[in-house]
Amino acid sequence: MSDSTTSRVSLTLGSTIESVDTVEQTAQEFAERAGFDEDTIPNIAMAVREAAVNAVIHGNTYDPNKQITASFETNSDSLVVRITDQGSGLDPNAVPDPLAPENILRGSGRGIFLIKAFMDEVHFRQLHPGTELTLIKHRAPAQPPA
Amino acid sequence: MSMKVATRQVDGVTILDLSGRITLGEGSVTLRDAVHDVLAKGSKKILLNLDEISYIDSSGIGELVSGFTSVRNAGGELKLLNLTKKVHDLLQITKLYTVFDIWDNEASAISAYK
Repeated sequence: MSDSTTSRVSLTLGSTIESVDTVEQTAQEFAERAGFDEDTIPNIAMAVREAAVNAVIHGNTYDPNKQITASFETNSDSLVVRITDQGSGLDPNAVPDPLAPENILRGSGRGIFLIKAFMDEVHFRQLHPGTELTLIKHRAPAQPPA
Repeated sequence: MSMKVATRQVDGVTILDLSGRITLGEGSVTLRDAVHDVLAKGSKKILLNLDEISYIDSSGIGELVSGFTSVRNAGGELKLLNLTKKVHDLLQITKLYTVFDIWDNEASAISAYK
C-alpha cells in the first residue's frame, strides 16, 4: 500500500556552489511541506547544505566532470535526504573534533559537526568511488486526541 | 542574497555593518576582504555588527574565526555586536560563544576597546 503522504525528488547537479544553494533550497521546501516547526526548518536546511558543501568541495573538489546527487523523501515518519559525491571517499572518524581546544580556532572543519547536531540520524556509506551521506529528521509524533 | 558591508568609524573603532548571508563563496570572501582592508588601513579595533545577518553556515563561522585570529595576530581586537538568535545558537553549539567578545549594545562595545 502506498503512503499518500510520501513525496520524493532526486537531483543530479554539477560540483558548484550554485548546486549547494539548490540543494539547500530544496531541503527547505521539503522541510516546510513536512510540517517541521520554524526553528527546525532552517536547521535541516543548514545540515543538508553542509552535506552538499562537503560533496562539492571535499568529495568532488569542484571537478566539473563529477556530479553530486541529492534525493529528498518525506514519509509519515521522517524526512530523509541522501547526498552523494564521486570523490575519493570520506572517513567520518578521521574528521577532527571541532570542539577540541586545539581545533576551536580553526577556520574550517565544522560541517560534519553541524550536520550531526541538527539531524536525528546521520549515516555514511562508501560508494567506491564516492560517499553517500544519509540525513534523517524524524517528524514529531502526532498528539493523541484529547 | 549575498552579503553587504557598510563601514563607519566611531571613536577610533571601525564598525562593519554586515547584512545578508555569510556563506561559502561570495559571503565569506566579502567578509575576509573587508576585515583585511580595515587591517591594511591600520585600524586594529574592529566591531562586526551582525544585526542584519540572516544566515551563516560553517564557512561563515570559519570566516568569523579567521577574522578574529587575523586581527588578534595583528595586535588588534575584533568584537561581535548584535547577534541574531540563529548566529547566537550556532556560536553556542560550536563553543565559540566564549571565544568571541560579544555585545548587544554598540556604545558599550566601543567603550570595551582598550
